[in-house]
Amino acid sequence: MIVIKAQGLTKVYNPDTVPVHALRSVDLEVHQGEFTAIVGPSGSGKTTLLNILGGLDRPTAGKVWINGTDISTLSENKLIDFRRDHIGFVFQSYNLIPVLTARENAEFVMLLQKWPRAERLARTEQLLREVGLADKMDYRPSQLSGGQQQRVAVVRALAPKPRFILADEPTANLDSVSTRNLLDIMARLNEEERVTFLFSTHDQRVIERARRVVTLEDGKIVADETFDR
Amino acid sequence: METLIVLAWRNIWRNKRRTLITAASIFFAVLLSTLMVSIQKGAWDRMEENVVNYYFGYVQIHAKGYWQDRSLDLTFAAVDSLLQLPQWVSGVAVAVPRIESFALAAHADNTTGVMVVGIDPVREHEMTRLRERMVAGTYFDHVREPALLLADGVAQRLNATVGDTVVLLSQGYHGVNAAGKYAVKGLVHFASPDLNRQMVYLPLAVARYFYGADSLLTSIALKVTDKDKVPQVLAQLRQQLDTTRYEVMDWHEMMPELVEARAVDTAGNYLMLLILYLIVSFGIFGTILMMTAERTYEFGVLLAIGMKRIQLSVEVWLEILFIALLGTLAGFVASFPVVYYFHRHPIDFSSSKEIAETYAQFGFEPIFPAAFEPFVFLSQALVVLCITTLLALYPFWKIARLDPVKAMRH
Repeated sequence: MIVIKAQGLTKVYNPDTVPVHALRSVDLEVHQGEFTAIVGPSGSGKTTLLNILGGLDRPTAGKVWINGTDISTLSENKLIDFRRDHIGFVFQSYNLIPVLTARENAEFVMLLQKWPRAERLARTEQLLREVGLADKMDYRPSQLSGGQQQRVAVVRALAPKPRFILADEPTANLDSVSTRNLLDIMARLNEEERVTFLFSTHDQRVIERARRVVTLEDGKIVADETFDR
Repeated sequence: METLIVLAWRNIWRNKRRTLITAASIFFAVLLSTLMVSIQKGAWDRMEENVVNYYFGYVQIHAKGYWQDRSLDLTFAAVDSLLQLPQWVSGVAVAVPRIESFALAAHADNTTGVMVVGIDPVREHEMTRLRERMVAGTYFDHVREPALLLADGVAQRLNATVGDTVVLLSQGYHGVNAAGKYAVKGLVHFASPDLNRQMVYLPLAVARYFYGADSLLTSIALKVTDKDKVPQVLAQLRQQLDTTRYEVMDWHEMMPELVEARAVDTAGNYLMLLILYLIVSFGIFGTILMMTAERTYEFGVLLAIGMKRIQLSVEVWLEILFIALLGTLAGFVASFPVVYYFHRHPIDFSSSKEIAETYAQFGFEPIFPAAFEPFVFLSQALVVLCITTLLALYPFWKIARLDPVKAMRH
């Protein structure tokens, strides 16, 4: 089942002054349960592609379908709701809400989705336990290490059961042990929850764990390889 | 909403020092503005009370046209029905009959212009507490006593004291010469400098004889049971009296210059308050700008993960509202003892002769008590709260224009 379909995605920044072609007619399909890495050098268009696939940015040309919905036709407000209900985000620098505890951060999107309290608590506790943070649930981000914060960010993205998770360089600020832990967790959740993961990265450790690697260069897909791992 | 409230409350304590400094600026704005308004109101209330309550009364009845000309020729007969007004007009406590006009007072080589007022000693005291204002000598015993009371300002000008004889010269009813000499029976002191330098009292019968206006009055001043009911009293009187013969005026109509002076002074005060509010507003707005600028990345993330712009805007608005409430409530609470202190212990410049004389020229006593009224506290707290709440709308504008992708590159 196709979760993400992008067709002819083109993104040009500053079209009227100094045009910068971030994406050049990119076509991409991502299926349910994939664990895909988008790789490429800096400036190749990885983050732009992720932003457009996640509905954070709009393409100059081309279309994106998420579960069959053409998100380019959605209004700003509908798009926010769509992101909230269908897509999980993990960013490079953790970006947890500093005044909330790990548990509160983890349940934040579920709160926005108005999940019943009991279900919300049960789900976040279960996931936090699974990522090894059972004893840190009431800690604030400043009391957690970078790796622990990123695990909370993954739980926050995963807790409301999105169709897929977009992770923009999720291991960029982590040491090797934290990176390995995080990748183990994401791989396990990918298998157990059948959640589709799409990363942008140039971290070799992440690339080695991905089952599909899409390589971008100068805004174009130059390679799309699948591995049996 | 509960989540937004929790978030907002916790967020304001992320930067405790900034929150406390901002709340402190709001606190001082509320405190200072309350104090300013209270003292200004207190000083004017006292002046009005001095002038209105202690002499003019809140309502007066005259012959038609009297107040315009202040002529003894426009007098009216002291009929019983008018003197017994309290019995048939609700809200009137005492009807105080008077005959008054200007005269020249002389003692030895000194002369001064005075207002000679014929009074019923008992009724006058009931309204103006005149007996309690005696600073030397004794009060009138009856309406026919051939003596006078001098305001101590007049006594000073004439260099007269109790037991001295003062000569009064004036023009009486229908142009007759009015002249008489009277022993000074007592001296009275008024808080109002204007009254203090011109008032001379004669018993009613003696004054009528002096003016050649037997059985006549120039005014009946009314003591009301509640000053807030003056409009109702006026309405009743205007309905029940023959308005072709009588005019019924409240003190606003009798002393428009006092009302205008207060309005002008109040406007000046509002200007000062406006400057104070502006200074505080810029301080608060600086905090709001910093708050929104330093959290642009965070806002971008929150929008990206699905928080609606309106939710985010309300959350930030609540943060500023909480800070405003903290400052406003603290200012509101702190104002009570401060204003109460100045209510009980007015700022008193009377020990400085120079300052006292300066204020006297403007008709003010050099004493400034603070009005202790809930309305003043509430209004100032509400104004500051409203300003802050309005300033807090800036994040709505900022967040409405925020592009999450750009914000996350911030």
